Amino acid sequence: MNSDAQTRANAAQMPVLEFATTAFTVPPRLSQATVAIVTTGALVGDGHADWNQGEETFRVLPRAQRAFRMAHWSLNFDRTGFTSDINVLYPIDRLEELAAEGIIGGVAPRHLSFMGALHDTLSTIRLDTGPAAAKLLRDDGVSVVLLTGA
Amino acid sequence: MCTRTGGALAHVLEQQGLATVQLSSVRGHTERIKPPRALYCEFPFGRPLGKPNDAAFQRSVIMAAFGLLASTEGPILEDFPERIADATDTPMTCTLPPSFNGATSSVIDEARALRSAYERQLKRSGRTSVGITGGVETIPALLEAFLKIAAGTSPDDAGLPSEPHRAALDVRAYYEEAALALADHVPEARATESWFFQQTEAGKLLRSAQQQLIAAGRTDYLDTIVPRGQE
Repeated sequence: MNSDAQTRANAAQMPVLEFATTAFTVPPRLSQATVAIVTTGALVGDGHADWNQGEETFRVLPRAQRAFRMAHWSLNFDRTGFTSDINVLYPIDRLEELAAEGIIGGVAPRHLSFMGALHDTLSTIRLDTGPAAAKLLRDDGVSVVLLTGA
Repeated sequence: MCTRTGGALAHVLEQQGLATVQLSSVRGHTERIKPPRALYCEFPFGRPLGKPNDAAFQRSVIMAAFGLLASTEGPILEDFPERIADATDTPMTCTLPPSFNGATSSVIDEARALRSAYERQLKRSGRTSVGITGGVETIPALLEAFLKIAAGTSPDDAGLPSEPHRAALDVRAYYEEAALALADHVPEARATESWFFQQTEAGKLLRSAQQQLIAAGRTDYLDTIVPRGQE
Protein backbone atom coordinates (compact mmCIF):
# COMPACT_ATOMS: atom_id res chain seq x y z
CA MET A 1 0.00 0.00 0.00
CA ASN A 2 1.44 3.40 -0.89
CA SER A 3 1.77 6.13 1.73
CA ASP A 4 -1.28 8.14 0.79
CA ALA A 5 -3.51 5.09 0.75
CA GLN A 6 -2.17 4.20 4.19
CA THR A 7 -2.83 7.73 5.43
CA ARG A 8 -6.38 7.66 4.11
CA ALA A 9 -6.95 4.30 5.81
CA ASN A 10 -5.62 5.68 9.11
CA ALA A 11 -7.69 8.83 8.71
CA ALA A 12 -10.84 6.76 8.66
CA GLN A 13 -10.19 5.97 12.34
CA MET A 14 -9.67 9.59 13.37
CA PRO A 15 -12.39 11.56 15.16
CA VAL A 16 -13.73 14.52 13.23
CA LEU A 17 -15.79 17.53 14.12
CA GLU A 18 -19.46 17.05 13.50
CA PHE A 19 -21.84 19.93 12.90
CA ALA A 20 -25.54 19.64 13.63
CA THR A 21 -26.45 21.71 10.60
CA THR A 22 -24.70 22.95 7.47
CA ALA A 23 -24.95 26.65 6.73
CA PHE A 24 -25.60 27.36 3.08
CA THR A 25 -24.99 30.74 1.43
CA VAL A 26 -26.32 31.19 -2.08
CA PRO A 27 -23.46 32.62 -4.16
CA PRO A 28 -23.82 35.22 -6.89
CA ARG A 29 -23.33 34.13 -10.49
CA LEU A 30 -19.76 32.95 -10.93
CA SER A 31 -19.13 35.65 -13.52
CA GLN A 32 -19.97 38.21 -10.85
CA ALA A 33 -18.19 36.56 -7.92
CA THR A 34 -14.95 37.74 -6.38
CA VAL A 35 -13.06 34.59 -5.45
CA ALA A 36 -10.50 34.05 -2.70
CA ILE A 37 -8.36 31.02 -1.88
CA VAL A 38 -8.18 29.83 1.69
CA THR A 39 -5.58 27.11 1.98
CA THR A 40 -4.65 24.99 4.97
CA GLY A 41 -1.25 24.34 3.39
CA ALA A 42 0.64 26.55 5.87
CA LEU A 43 2.15 29.00 3.40
CA VAL A 44 4.28 31.82 4.72
CA GLY A 45 5.72 34.84 2.96
CA ASP A 46 8.29 37.45 3.87
CA GLY A 47 7.84 38.65 7.41
CA HIS A 48 5.49 35.85 8.39
CA ALA A 49 6.25 33.76 11.43
CA ASP A 50 6.16 30.00 11.07
CA TRP A 51 3.34 28.12 12.70
CA ASN A 52 3.72 26.45 16.03
CA GLN A 53 2.17 23.04 16.35
CA GLY A 54 -1.55 23.37 17.04
CA GLU A 55 -1.70 27.07 16.13
CA GLU A 56 -5.08 28.07 14.67
CA THR A 57 -4.20 31.48 13.26
CA PHE A 58 -3.90 32.56 9.63
CA ARG A 59 -1.47 34.45 7.42
CA VAL A 60 -2.56 36.92 4.72
CA LEU A 61 -1.30 36.21 1.19
CA PRO A 62 -1.35 39.28 -1.10
CA ARG A 63 -2.74 38.64 -4.59
CA ALA A 64 0.47 39.54 -6.44
CA GLN A 65 2.85 37.55 -4.27
CA ARG A 66 4.19 34.15 -5.32
CA ALA A 67 7.33 33.68 -3.19
CA PHE A 68 5.84 31.54 -0.46
CA ARG A 69 7.45 28.89 1.67
CA MET A 70 5.56 25.87 2.93
CA ALA A 71 5.87 25.75 6.71
CA HIS A 72 3.47 22.90 7.34
CA TRP A 73 4.05 20.86 10.47
CA SER A 74 3.03 17.54 8.94
CA LEU A 75 5.68 15.32 7.34
CA ASN A 76 3.22 13.09 5.58
CA PHE A 77 2.68 14.57 2.16
CA ASP A 78 4.49 15.43 -1.03
CA ARG A 79 6.20 18.82 -1.19
CA THR A 80 7.91 18.63 -4.56
CA GLY A 81 4.71 19.43 -6.44
CA PHE A 82 4.40 22.72 -4.59
CA THR A 83 8.11 23.41 -4.99
CA SER A 84 7.70 23.06 -8.74
CA ASP A 85 4.38 24.87 -9.09
CA ILE A 86 2.59 26.71 -6.30
CA ASN A 87 -0.66 26.40 -8.25
CA VAL A 88 -0.90 22.72 -7.39
CA LEU A 89 -1.76 23.85 -3.85
CA TYR A 90 -2.52 27.55 -4.21
CA PRO A 91 -4.04 28.02 -7.69
CA ILE A 92 -3.72 31.77 -7.83
CA ASP A 93 -2.60 31.88 -11.47
CA ARG A 94 -5.57 29.75 -12.50
CA LEU A 95 -7.90 32.25 -10.81
CA GLU A 96 -6.19 35.12 -12.60
CA GLU A 97 -6.77 33.35 -15.92
CA LEU A 98 -10.43 32.71 -15.13
CA ALA A 99 -10.90 36.34 -14.18
CA ALA A 100 -9.22 37.55 -17.36
CA GLU A 101 -11.62 35.40 -19.38
CA GLY A 102 -14.64 36.68 -17.45
CA ILE A 103 -15.49 33.24 -16.08
CA ILE A 104 -15.20 34.57 -12.53
CA GLY A 105 -15.92 38.15 -11.63
CA GLY A 106 -12.59 38.88 -10.01
CA VAL A 107 -9.71 37.71 -7.85
CA ALA A 108 -9.60 38.81 -4.24
CA PRO A 109 -6.79 41.20 -3.27
CA ARG A 110 -5.96 39.03 -0.26
CA HIS A 111 -6.00 35.27 0.28
CA LEU A 112 -5.44 33.31 3.48
CA SER A 113 -3.40 30.43 4.77
CA PHE A 114 -4.03 28.31 7.84
CA MET A 115 -2.15 25.18 8.89
CA GLY A 116 -4.18 22.01 8.69
CA ALA A 117 -2.36 19.63 11.00
CA LEU A 118 -4.77 20.24 13.87
CA HIS A 119 -6.26 17.61 16.09
CA ASP A 120 -8.31 19.33 18.77
CA THR A 121 -11.77 20.86 18.68
CA LEU A 122 -10.69 23.81 16.52
CA SER A 123 -12.55 26.10 18.88
CA THR A 124 -10.27 29.04 18.07
CA ILE A 125 -10.97 28.67 14.36
CA ARG A 126 -14.68 28.23 14.93
CA LEU A 127 -15.09 31.13 17.35
CA ASP A 128 -12.26 33.55 16.71
CA THR A 129 -9.87 33.29 13.75
CA GLY A 130 -12.44 31.79 11.38
CA PRO A 131 -14.92 34.65 11.81
CA ALA A 132 -12.02 37.13 11.65
CA ALA A 133 -10.93 35.56 8.37
CA ALA A 134 -14.47 35.81 7.03
CA LYS A 135 -14.68 39.50 7.94
CA LEU A 136 -11.38 40.22 6.21
CA LEU A 137 -12.61 38.51 3.06
CA ARG A 138 -16.02 40.17 3.15
CA ASP A 139 -14.35 43.57 3.57
CA ASP A 140 -12.50 42.83 0.32
CA GLY A 141 -15.76 42.09 -1.46
CA VAL A 142 -15.23 38.33 -1.62
CA SER A 143 -18.31 36.21 -2.26
CA VAL A 144 -16.84 32.77 -3.07
CA VAL A 145 -14.01 30.90 -1.31
CA LEU A 146 -12.06 27.98 -2.75
CA LEU A 147 -10.64 25.85 0.07
CA THR A 148 -7.52 23.80 -0.60
CA GLY A 149 -5.35 21.77 1.73
CA ALA A 150 -2.15 19.80 1.64
CA MET B 1 -5.46 16.84 8.75
CA CYS B 2 -6.05 19.52 6.15
CA THR B 3 -9.41 18.14 5.00
CA ARG B 4 -10.67 18.18 8.58
CA THR B 5 -9.56 21.77 9.20
CA GLY B 6 -10.74 22.90 5.79
CA GLY B 7 -14.15 21.39 6.42
CA ALA B 8 -14.49 23.27 9.68
CA LEU B 9 -13.42 26.47 7.95
CA ALA B 10 -16.05 25.90 5.28
CA HIS B 11 -18.75 25.78 7.96
CA VAL B 12 -17.48 28.94 9.65
CA LEU B 13 -17.02 30.97 6.45
CA GLU B 14 -20.40 29.90 5.14
CA GLN B 15 -22.06 30.91 8.42
CA GLN B 16 -20.47 34.32 7.89
CA GLY B 17 -22.09 34.80 4.49
CA LEU B 18 -19.43 33.45 2.13
CA ALA B 19 -20.11 30.65 -0.34
CA THR B 20 -17.42 27.99 -0.10
CA VAL B 21 -16.30 24.98 -2.07
CA GLN B 22 -13.68 22.64 -0.67
CA LEU B 23 -11.23 20.37 -2.45
CA SER B 24 -11.35 17.34 -0.17
CA SER B 25 -8.49 14.84 0.10
CA VAL B 26 -10.14 12.47 2.57
CA ARG B 27 -13.61 11.46 1.51
CA GLY B 28 -14.52 9.83 4.82
CA HIS B 29 -13.79 13.01 6.73
CA THR B 30 -15.85 15.14 4.39
CA GLU B 31 -18.77 12.70 4.58
CA ARG B 32 -18.86 13.20 8.36
CA ILE B 33 -17.96 16.92 8.58
CA LYS B 34 -20.53 17.81 5.90
CA PRO B 35 -19.21 21.14 4.57
CA PRO B 36 -21.67 22.90 2.23
CA ARG B 37 -19.91 21.93 -1.01
CA ALA B 38 -16.93 19.66 -1.54
CA LEU B 39 -15.22 17.97 -4.45
CA TYR B 40 -13.35 14.84 -3.43
CA CYS B 41 -10.11 14.62 -5.37
CA GLU B 42 -8.15 11.44 -4.81
CA PHE B 43 -4.82 12.99 -5.64
CA PRO B 44 -1.55 12.74 -3.72
CA PHE B 45 -1.51 14.62 -0.44
CA GLY B 46 0.27 17.92 -1.03
CA ARG B 47 -1.08 18.20 -4.58
CA PRO B 48 -4.78 19.08 -4.16
CA LEU B 49 -4.99 20.36 -7.74
CA GLY B 50 -3.52 17.07 -8.94
CA LYS B 51 -0.76 17.84 -11.40
CA PRO B 52 2.00 20.45 -11.08
CA ASN B 53 2.74 22.48 -14.20
CA ASP B 54 -0.45 21.29 -15.87
CA ALA B 55 -2.67 24.36 -16.10
CA ALA B 56 -5.36 22.59 -18.11
CA PHE B 57 -5.74 19.82 -15.55
CA GLN B 58 -5.75 22.26 -12.63
CA ARG B 59 -8.37 24.32 -14.40
CA SER B 60 -10.56 21.26 -14.90
CA VAL B 61 -10.44 20.58 -11.16
CA ILE B 62 -11.35 24.18 -10.31
CA MET B 63 -14.21 24.26 -12.80
CA ALA B 64 -15.57 20.96 -11.43
CA ALA B 65 -15.46 22.52 -7.95
CA PHE B 66 -17.09 25.73 -9.12
CA GLY B 67 -19.78 23.65 -10.78
CA LEU B 68 -21.02 22.74 -7.29
CA LEU B 69 -21.87 26.41 -6.70
CA ALA B 70 -24.89 25.98 -8.96
CA SER B 71 -26.49 23.62 -6.45
CA THR B 72 -29.38 25.21 -4.58
CA GLU B 73 -28.92 23.17 -1.42
CA GLY B 74 -26.23 21.34 0.50
CA PRO B 75 -24.27 19.63 1.79
CA ILE B 76 -23.10 18.33 -1.55
CA LEU B 77 -20.11 16.04 -2.08
CA GLU B 78 -19.03 14.87 -5.51
CA ASP B 79 -16.00 12.98 -6.79
CA PHE B 80 -13.55 14.23 -9.39
CA PRO B 81 -13.52 11.42 -11.96
CA GLU B 82 -9.74 10.99 -12.33
CA ARG B 83 -7.59 9.56 -9.53
CA ILE B 84 -3.85 9.92 -9.11
CA ALA B 85 -1.77 7.73 -6.77
CA ASP B 86 1.49 8.70 -5.12
CA ALA B 87 4.75 6.91 -5.92
CA THR B 88 6.19 6.23 -2.50
CA ASP B 89 7.02 2.69 -3.57
CA THR B 90 9.04 3.89 -6.55
CA PRO B 91 11.90 6.17 -5.50
CA MET B 92 12.98 8.62 -8.14
CA THR B 93 16.17 7.95 -10.00
CA CYS B 94 18.66 10.62 -9.08
CA THR B 95 22.39 10.18 -9.31
CA LEU B 96 24.21 11.97 -6.54
CA PRO B 97 27.19 14.15 -7.39
CA PRO B 98 30.65 12.83 -6.47
CA SER B 99 31.96 13.67 -3.02
CA PHE B 100 34.13 16.72 -2.58
CA ASN B 101 36.33 15.72 0.28
CA GLY B 102 36.79 12.23 1.63
CA ALA B 103 38.19 13.62 4.87
CA THR B 104 34.79 14.89 6.01
CA SER B 105 31.81 12.82 7.09
CA SER B 106 30.16 11.22 4.07
CA VAL B 107 26.81 12.77 4.90
CA ILE B 108 28.27 16.27 5.18
CA ASP B 109 30.19 15.66 1.99
CA GLU B 110 27.00 14.57 0.24
CA ALA B 111 25.09 17.64 1.42
CA ARG B 112 27.80 20.03 0.29
CA ALA B 113 27.97 18.36 -3.10
CA LEU B 114 24.27 19.12 -3.64
CA ARG B 115 24.61 22.84 -3.03
CA SER B 116 24.97 23.86 -6.67
CA ALA B 117 21.93 21.79 -7.65
CA TYR B 118 19.94 23.40 -4.84
CA GLU B 119 20.98 26.85 -6.07
CA ARG B 120 19.93 25.99 -9.63
CA GLN B 121 16.48 25.00 -8.45
CA LEU B 122 16.22 28.14 -6.32
CA LYS B 123 17.15 30.29 -9.29
CA ARG B 124 14.63 28.49 -11.47
CA SER B 125 11.68 28.69 -9.08
CA GLY B 126 12.55 31.78 -7.07
CA ARG B 127 11.28 30.00 -3.98
CA THR B 128 12.60 27.65 -1.35
CA SER B 129 11.06 25.88 1.61
CA VAL B 130 14.45 25.76 3.34
CA GLY B 131 14.52 28.28 6.13
CA ILE B 132 12.47 26.99 9.02
CA THR B 133 15.54 26.83 11.25
CA GLY B 134 17.93 29.03 9.30
CA GLY B 135 19.41 29.49 5.86
CA VAL B 136 20.85 26.91 3.55
CA GLU B 137 24.28 27.50 5.09
CA THR B 138 23.10 25.74 8.23
CA ILE B 139 22.40 22.38 6.54
CA PRO B 140 25.84 20.84 7.30
CA ALA B 141 25.55 21.94 10.93
CA LEU B 142 22.09 20.39 11.18
CA LEU B 143 23.48 17.13 9.87
CA GLU B 144 26.36 17.28 12.36
CA ALA B 145 23.77 17.57 15.11
CA PHE B 146 21.78 14.62 13.77
CA LEU B 147 25.00 12.57 13.69
CA LYS B 148 25.30 13.22 17.42
CA ILE B 149 21.65 12.29 18.03
CA ALA B 150 22.08 9.07 16.07
CA ALA B 151 25.09 8.31 18.29
CA GLY B 152 23.03 8.72 21.43
CA THR B 153 23.28 12.40 22.35
CA SER B 154 20.10 13.99 23.63
CA PRO B 155 18.48 16.40 21.13
CA ASP B 156 18.80 19.10 23.77
CA ASP B 157 22.58 18.69 23.79
CA ALA B 158 23.20 18.06 20.09
CA GLY B 159 23.46 21.67 19.00
CA LEU B 160 20.28 21.95 16.95
CA PRO B 161 18.91 25.49 16.68
CA SER B 162 15.35 24.18 17.03
CA GLU B 163 13.50 20.96 17.72
CA PRO B 164 14.55 18.02 15.53
CA HIS B 165 11.25 18.12 13.64
CA ARG B 166 11.91 21.55 12.15
CA ALA B 167 15.56 20.81 11.45
CA ALA B 168 14.63 17.60 9.65
CA LEU B 169 12.14 19.47 7.48
CA ASP B 170 14.88 21.89 6.42
CA VAL B 171 17.30 19.09 5.54
CA ARG B 172 14.61 17.26 3.58
CA ALA B 173 13.57 20.42 1.70
CA TYR B 174 17.20 21.12 0.77
CA TYR B 175 17.65 17.63 -0.66
CA GLU B 176 14.29 17.49 -2.41
CA GLU B 177 14.82 20.85 -4.07
CA ALA B 178 18.32 19.84 -5.19
CA ALA B 179 16.86 16.62 -6.56
CA LEU B 180 14.39 18.56 -8.68
CA ALA B 181 17.31 20.28 -10.39
CA LEU B 182 19.21 17.01 -10.85
CA ALA B 183 16.19 15.20 -12.25
CA ASP B 184 15.15 18.15 -14.42
CA HIS B 185 11.51 17.11 -14.29
CA VAL B 186 8.81 16.97 -11.64
CA PRO B 187 8.82 13.45 -10.20
CA GLU B 188 5.64 11.69 -9.22
CA ALA B 189 4.39 12.52 -5.76
CA ARG B 190 6.56 11.25 -2.91
CA ALA B 191 9.08 9.59 -5.24
CA THR B 192 11.58 12.21 -4.12
CA GLU B 193 10.70 11.58 -0.48
CA SER B 194 11.48 7.88 -0.93
CA TRP B 195 14.72 8.70 -2.72
CA PHE B 196 15.74 10.97 0.14
CA PHE B 197 14.92 8.65 3.02
CA GLN B 198 15.95 5.38 1.40
CA GLN B 199 18.91 6.26 -0.80
CA THR B 200 20.74 9.32 0.50
CA GLU B 201 23.16 9.42 3.41
CA ALA B 202 21.21 12.28 4.97
CA GLY B 203 17.90 10.45 4.78
CA LYS B 204 19.42 7.32 6.29
CA LEU B 205 20.90 9.50 9.04
CA LEU B 206 17.51 10.97 9.91
CA ARG B 207 16.02 7.48 10.04
CA SER B 208 18.87 6.39 12.29
CA ALA B 209 18.39 9.41 14.56
CA GLN B 210 14.69 8.73 14.97
CA GLN B 211 15.34 5.03 15.60
CA GLN B 212 17.90 5.94 18.27
CA LEU B 213 15.44 8.27 19.99
CA ILE B 214 12.66 5.68 19.95
CA ALA B 215 15.03 3.00 21.25
CA ALA B 216 15.97 5.37 24.07
CA GLY B 217 12.34 5.60 25.08
CA ARG B 218 11.60 8.94 23.44
CA THR B 219 8.44 7.77 21.72
CA ASP B 220 7.35 11.41 21.52
CA TYR B 221 9.70 11.62 18.53
CA LEU B 222 7.75 9.02 16.55
CA ASP B 223 6.60 10.53 13.24
CA THR B 224 8.43 13.79 13.94
CA ILE B 225 11.61 13.29 11.91
CA VAL B 226 10.70 10.61 9.39
CA PRO B 227 7.27 10.28 7.73
CA ARG B 228 5.18 7.21 8.34
CA GLY B 229 6.16 4.45 5.95
CA GLN B 230 9.77 5.63 5.55
CA GLU B 231 11.04 4.48 8.97
